[in-house]
Amino acid sequence: MALLIIIVGFLQSWGVALSIVNLCLISAVMTMGVNIQWGYSGLINFGVMGFLAIGGLAAIVVSVPPVNEAWDAGGFGIILSGLILFLLIASIFYVHQKFRSKYKNYFLFCLVISVIPIMKLVAGPSISSIESIDAATSGFLGGFDLPIILSWFVGAILAGMIAFIIGKVCLGLRSDYLAIATLLISGIVVSAVKHEEWLTRGVKNVTGLKRPAPYEVDLQNSDWFINFIEFLFQGRLSKIYNLDEKIIALNELVITSSGIFVKLCFSFIFSIVLITILVFSERALRSPWGRMMRAIRDNEDAAKAMGKNVVKRHLHIFIIGSAIIGFSGAMLVTYDGLFTPASYQPLRYTFIIWVMVLLGGTGNNYGAILGAFVVWFIWIESAPFALFLIEILMSQTDDTNQLKIHLIDSIPYFRYLVMGLGLLLVMRYRPKGLLPEKIIKN
Amino acid sequence: MDIINSIVLLCNFLVIPALTYGSQLALGAIGVTLIYGVLRFANFAYGDLMAFGTMTVILVTWYLKSLGINLGVLPTALIALPFGIIATILISLLFDKTVFKYYRDKKSDPVILIVVSLGVMFILNALVRIIIGPGDVVFMDGARFIMKAREFKDLTGLDEGLALKSTQLITFITTIITASLLFYFLNKTKTGKSMRAYSNNEDLALLSGIDPNKIIILTWVLVSILATVAGTLYGLDKSFKPLAYWNNLLPIFAATIVGGIGNPLGAFYGGFVIAFTEIGLTYAYKKFFVYLLPERLEPSSLIQYISTDYKFAISFAILVVVLIYRPNGIFKGKVI
Repeated sequence: MALLIIIVGFLQSWGVALSIVNLCLISAVMTMGVNIQWGYSGLINFGVMGFLAIGGLAAIVVSVPPVNEAWDAGGFGIILSGLILFLLIASIFYVHQKFRSKYKNYFLFCLVISVIPIMKLVAGPSISSIESIDAATSGFLGGFDLPIILSWFVGAILAGMIAFIIGKVCLGLRSDYLAIATLLISGIVVSAVKHEEWLTRGVKNVTGLKRPAPYEVDLQNSDWFINFIEFLFQGRLSKIYNLDEKIIALNELVITSSGIFVKLCFSFIFSIVLITILVFSERALRSPWGRMMRAIRDNEDAAKAMGKNVVKRHLHIFIIGSAIIGFSGAMLVTYDGLFTPASYQPLRYTFIIWVMVLLGGTGNNYGAILGAFVVWFIWIESAPFALFLIEILMSQTDDTNQLKIHLIDSIPYFRYLVMGLGLLLVMRYRPKGLLPEKIIKN
Repeated sequence: MDIINSIVLLCNFLVIPALTYGSQLALGAIGVTLIYGVLRFANFAYGDLMAFGTMTVILVTWYLKSLGINLGVLPTALIALPFGIIATILISLLFDKTVFKYYRDKKSDPVILIVVSLGVMFILNALVRIIIGPGDVVFMDGARFIMKAREFKDLTGLDEGLALKSTQLITFITTIITASLLFYFLNKTKTGKSMRAYSNNEDLALLSGIDPNKIIILTWVLVSILATVAGTLYGLDKSFKPLAYWNNLLPIFAATIVGGIGNPLGAFYGGFVIAFTEIGLTYAYKKFFVYLLPERLEPSSLIQYISTDYKFAISFAILVVVLIYRPNGIFKGKVI
């Protein structure tokens, strides 16, 4: 794998190779979250996209500076309706716990139905006043102006909270129902993120987010970095004797290497996150807790007979896995530096992650990480590879050939074909993935 | 007069669109439910199967048009429909032979079959987008309107117009014909009965000499017909866009589960339930009440329960509600 990335570094550029590595690392964190749910305890969660979107939302809410005029204009209405929402959820849980009546569910249903218009009435004017403030550049509430690293944890907590609600509702369902239900709920989450413009700017996107790593421009102007580059490339620079040419060459080197340096910083941070999560989940897998989880996955009835509370365990693991996915969602937005709600598509953000887990090996953390690296690499590199193949196969025909033009236009879709074929082949011939789960004997 | 006006208004903006959309969902949902009832898994590749069928119909339509064949007022796609159905049947049987059969013989867990259908979904999705491209294709021809809003106004002297697009009528009629043929087949013919028997109790059906391979092939044939017809109707009514079909899969799933998964009649009604709630809750009733209420009671706001941005979210919310209160669906599911 490392070899492949080095080859890309030489063939395309080091920037491309490093950004593949970084996205592989982020995807690896996502796959760990899915693997905890699917591999450890057999819960099928097709709502990955929703939790990623929640993590991304956390990234902007935490890090963007607040828009004070917007808060003055509509902050009160928003806070009030938030309070109503909180009261609604609290009362649902209260009623659910306290009462045992047959009509309880119908009452709750009517409660939810009737509260929505009230919330609309309270929040409506404030929302429109917030969105009208400086609509082209802001038009939203902004955030808390805190360091963006913090948002990763906030994203995890938010995703965990949402997972608690979803889990309470859905976890009693059979596996295939659960798959459909989580998929649809993630659709609701994403449509909320897309259309609540006062919070997320919707399709207008939030750009220019903070970074935990230095900016390229700052690096290019700082003395220590220029000196460092000069030191690194001493050999190459000493061959140039003309002073002007030397400065130009140095400048170019500084510009290209500042980008690479920033990406390396990201890789470093992401690796720390990945290794921490890996260590924890490996330890969890080997602990009595992990044993219990496997017991529940392999035979639910037997585990129940042993006195394990299966529903509660499932809820816990659903929350933990979703929190990790939310964490990686915030990481993804941090790395991209922008939040684009419209880009959250189930094909890309739910099913590719699933392909990674299934291909790598369910129940094995190293397998999940391997899957993330392999699949992401194929995902990125299958387009250039398809282009290469088309060029070779159709080298006889000239460039104006209709079929050739059509094929070259549709290159991005060959990656889906590769994904589908890969998934089918793995499911058929290596149903446990490339690195199958190890049987742990205690 | 105001009362008639308000009724016409509702018909124009709520009832007719909901009936059309509901028909498309209903046909799709019956297909999903048949796969679930007989083959026992939720097929995520169904949306892309619809897209594949529609794509073949479009290609044949283009070919026919280049030959100068058309149906006059009716869309040319109706002639192309049988070709699309045949292509879809072939590709479904191909995938069944190469992919699904292995897991069926192994009696795999339904979850594994879902995952496998994801793989088929990726392949079909890629094929469609490679062959026809990701963009919008409009392949509707023939007469666009049966009745325009202005003609209706002139005809009746009312203030409100009632427009009826020919695609809407075609959609509705085709759905009714297809669904009634299907229910006749399932309930009255011997093969249909054996299919229901197989779905109800596999072992007992095998014991009474029903050939499982025949049933499975038959199911894929029916499913392909439904998918192609539903996909083509949707494409005629709106336009063909591969990703739109994938997005349509979600309300179709909602309709299937709302109607009771595995129950075709339930799926049929489920489609209309989803369509009517979706459009009914996002419609702004202001004008309706302006007609009905006296002037001083006239509403100032739009009287819209939830904004149209959440159109899809509504069908998902219905599904969640149904899953909580009646996990087997409104009509009892799990049996054809």
